[in-house]
Amino acid sequence: MINFLARRLLQSAMILLGVSLITFALLYLLPSDPVRQIAGRSATAQTVANIREQLGLDQPFVVQYWRYLTSLVQGDLGRSYLQKTEVSTLIAARLPASLLLMVGAIVAELVVGLTMGVVAALRRGTATDNSLMIASFIGVSAPQFVVGLLLLYVFAVQLGWFPIGGYGTFSHLVLPAMTLGILGSGWYSRMMRSSMIDVLRQDFIRTAHAKGLSRARVLLRHALPNAILPIIAMIGIDVGIFMGGIVVVESVFGWPGIGQLAWQAIQRVDIPIIMGVTLVSACAIVIGNLVADIASLFADPRIKVR
Amino acid sequence: MKRFLTSTALVAALALPATVFADAQSGMDPNAKSGGNITISYKDDVATLDPAIGYDWQNWSMIKSLYDGLMDYVPGTTDLRPGLAESYEISEDGMTFTFKLREGVKFHNGREMTAEDVKYSLDRVTNPKTQSPGAGFFGSIAGFDAISSGQTEALEGVKVIDPYTVEITLSRPDATFLHVMGLNFASVVAREAIEEAGVDFGKTAMGTGAFKLGEWTIGQRLVFEKNEDYWREGLPYLDSITFEVGQEPIVALLRLQNGEVDVPGDGIPPAKFQEVMADPAQAARVIEGGQLHTGYITLNVKMPPFDNVDVRRAVNMAINKERITQVINGRAVPATQPLPPSMPGYTDGYEGYPHDPEAAKALLAKAGFADGFETELYVMNTDPNPRIAQAIQQDLANVGIKASIQSLAQASVIAAGGEADQAPMIWSGGMAWIADFPDASNFYGPILGCAGAVQGGWNWSWYCNEEVDAMATEADSMTDPDAVEARLQKWSDAYMKIMEDAPWVPVFNEQRYTMKSERMGGADALYVDPVSIPVNYDYVYVTDVQ
Repeated sequence: MINFLARRLLQSAMILLGVSLITFALLYLLPSDPVRQIAGRSATAQTVANIREQLGLDQPFVVQYWRYLTSLVQGDLGRSYLQKTEVSTLIAARLPASLLLMVGAIVAELVVGLTMGVVAALRRGTATDNSLMIASFIGVSAPQFVVGLLLLYVFAVQLGWFPIGGYGTFSHLVLPAMTLGILGSGWYSRMMRSSMIDVLRQDFIRTAHAKGLSRARVLLRHALPNAILPIIAMIGIDVGIFMGGIVVVESVFGWPGIGQLAWQAIQRVDIPIIMGVTLVSACAIVIGNLVADIASLFADPRIKVR
Repeated sequence: MKRFLTSTALVAALALPATVFADAQSGMDPNAKSGGNITISYKDDVATLDPAIGYDWQNWSMIKSLYDGLMDYVPGTTDLRPGLAESYEISEDGMTFTFKLREGVKFHNGREMTAEDVKYSLDRVTNPKTQSPGAGFFGSIAGFDAISSGQTEALEGVKVIDPYTVEITLSRPDATFLHVMGLNFASVVAREAIEEAGVDFGKTAMGTGAFKLGEWTIGQRLVFEKNEDYWREGLPYLDSITFEVGQEPIVALLRLQNGEVDVPGDGIPPAKFQEVMADPAQAARVIEGGQLHTGYITLNVKMPPFDNVDVRRAVNMAINKERITQVINGRAVPATQPLPPSMPGYTDGYEGYPHDPEAAKALLAKAGFADGFETELYVMNTDPNPRIAQAIQQDLANVGIKASIQSLAQASVIAAGGEADQAPMIWSGGMAWIADFPDASNFYGPILGCAGAVQGGWNWSWYCNEEVDAMATEADSMTDPDAVEARLQKWSDAYMKIMEDAPWVPVFNEQRYTMKSERMGGADALYVDPVSIPVNYDYVYVTDVQ
């Protein structure tokens, strides 16, 4: 187990190094010049050259990357080109909001997805099953931008149940968390349905029925825990999907997370911020996967650590 | 054209080599009520409030409310008036400006602003270490080159005579200098605040403006509070302003309709425009205003076949500008020349190239392209620009030119335009020139002059006509107040010469449309202020306070 963890941690570090190299190289090759963005349209050639030198952007790629890496190892993500603020400050100010949104989305997708999956499994082959599965299909396919605006329009503007975007209270969280979670709930309902069907076919379920247990007790005590475990273990992997989704969802709902930060930085070629957010997201994904692996170990004893 | 005349007259009056006193046009509103808080929304976060750095849509007018410069504009107009300077004198040769400062003006920390602060602020903005995007505007101050190349840390041309007098000497005559002193970049900042905050100064603020920075929660909101000691008596009217950032324009509009937002800072989203205008209740709260903006297509004169003037003229005649304005729901007027109509120096009565596909084909045939040619049109990838590019593409197809559309992120289009051999045509939408200050020269140098036709520059047509460059230099040397009309005529001639060479297709001058909540008061012009873009916060007020 210790060996396994050590190996996985080393692999994770290699992945992060790879991500940093690829992102840095892509930004270096990008056909747009961050110095021009900083210098503005009225700058003289002298000003542009000055700024390029100050930021070290006149150096060859290897030197630039090495400089970035050495400060990164010391925990320094650099300063934003345009805001001049430390990237770590900007990310720290926004990370809690993104994490909260993700936790909300996990709760939303589990509650909605698992319920749909169980009901569909129990009503297998009926119209209920079919309509639930169609709904999950729509959930998986619908663009989040559209879902978000739709929820906003119906539940915030028309019905007035929730605030129109923003951040602060629990009611601010509901709609963005639902929007982000709908995609996952589609997947979970399908997985839960097939997992549940599998479990319901097992011998021990028949035994439970045979020894006269009530239907509800068989379902809640015997079937559900067995069906749900392999699915819970998947949550860690969702982090990757969420990291993609928050960029859209945060901008629709005005949620002050790192997705918004990344989006605005990309538009302005603010490389230190793009690098910082990418690395933090990559960290989150790596940790998520690690947690998922470990959770699977406990969830399914058949998986052996080698 | 009324505004043009008044502004010219005022500039002429101000430029007299005599002492001129302020407060002639205070912009005060007798109906205004004091008090209350308003909420303004923006999509993008505020990058910085440092007046030497800030150059964005959302922070431009915020900085104007936090800071003051020596010069200022009458609210809602393009008319210059003295700001922190109580009066000023210009020497006979137009090379020396002596500003007398107002006494008793205090920074938000209570310290009095003096001539030393003016000098410090100008030294700071021109110092390359500050990395100011506006440093280039101060190029005419004596000693600019020395500070810009890092040889010194102080501008030789800026001298403190006494605590209330600053003398600025120029190295060349510059008819636009008073406008430059009205730019945000020339704002007076408090040295101690900058030394204390260091590089993080942009997340704080310490000026003499009508508002002071209260709270700033990064990524969420900024709160400005009234400066009780503001030197303009009775201003500002509002007690506080809350700026909420990170809101999509479409969501901001929904919140406005719900009474949660007073002004959507990014205006009415194009997709909702017709819906808003169709509803009388909402349309009544829409405010329309001109802006110093021109949308244009650049034709790269270094890339064949656009090196042929007949081809460029043919393209000018091929484009149906009326139809393109319809693509954006008529929120613009067709343009005939580089300058927008409300800019002094605009050539009245010039019709521009007519929309005439047959004549265009004839010109193309004359240039040896009877069967047309293939080319590329670069465009920024956000709505409505790709749709406008498609309209342009169709117009070009009608005369036999096959243009493929390259729809890219803003920074990539800008980069492509800065290479001599990459982008044959660029539609400027989303990156178009909005004047930094209301003067004809501001539409020339970087975007049509030889200085901008360099690698990484903004002159995407790579047009460089030495004759026009000479005219420009000559016009900007005409600092004699009696020569104002002659100077504008010179600029008008220069732009006419440019139209003859046809490096651009001027397409339209965009109008600004914004909205306000029912309780907002103040002249409409304040909400589409040509200088305090987008809103002049110092002069607006709410009607629902006691």
